Amino acid sequence: MTPTAQLTTVMKTLADPTRRAVFERIAEEGEVAATGLVKGSKVSQPAISQHLRALRDAGLVSERRDGRYIHYRVAPLALAPLIDWLGHYQSFWRERFENLEKLLKESGDE
Amino acid sequence: MSETRAIAVEKVLPYAPERIWRTLTTSELIGKWLMPNDFAPRVGHRFNFRTKPVGDWDGVVTCEVLACEPPRLLRYSWKGGSDSNPAYGSRLDSVVTWTLTPVEGGTHLRMVHDGFVFPGNRFAFDAMSPGWGKVLDSIARVTAEA
Repeated sequence: MTPTAQLTTVMKTLADPTRRAVFERIAEEGEVAATGLVKGSKVSQPAISQHLRALRDAGLVSERRDGRYIHYRVAPLALAPLIDWLGHYQSFWRERFENLEKLLKESGDE
Repeated sequence: MSETRAIAVEKVLPYAPERIWRTLTTSELIGKWLMPNDFAPRVGHRFNFRTKPVGDWDGVVTCEVLACEPPRLLRYSWKGGSDSNPAYGSRLDSVVTWTLTPVEGGTHLRMVHDGFVFPGNRFAFDAMSPGWGKVLDSIARVTAEA
């Protein structure tokens, strides 16, 4: 996938509030089985399964099979295109700030 | 509630606000530390910054002075980028604010670049609800622990 297509997939997948809630839950818990996600949630088991499938297909979660349970973890790299975007501007401004400071220093005392 | 995120950079500099203000608002000086430009310190003035083109973006940042109160507040809009760029160079409709506060021994200079909308591309904005900050914080934590 191109970076743009990848970003599009990630955004479309997380645009659904319920699915994003499932994703956040997994992020909070570290690793969690599907049954653990159904517990304490108003969302039905089939719906959870469907969201998990979508998250997996988008590369947002990874699976670990343990007997008849599948455990889910978030895959942080899937969000890299988003984080990079902000990160680029962060380093941009940090560098420019340093330039500004240098320029002020070089311009001498008045 | 946050659909946008901001970048902030700040520092206390050992200079008077007036001197820093000049560096922030003189076109020629801005060119030395930020980017080539045709800035003028006047509310309503439209100007450009020019940088390297990225993908479909020609590298021109379109700006307008929104606030100019020497020597304490400067604010301009910052628009540029293209929908087809996923990261740096992505479409951006944002605002840059500089505040200068006199402190002992100099000036507290603070820059806030606000308006980084998640997702980076425009589609699905309406579908997005709050929660990005939380997602990203969790991700940052998970990444740090990994």
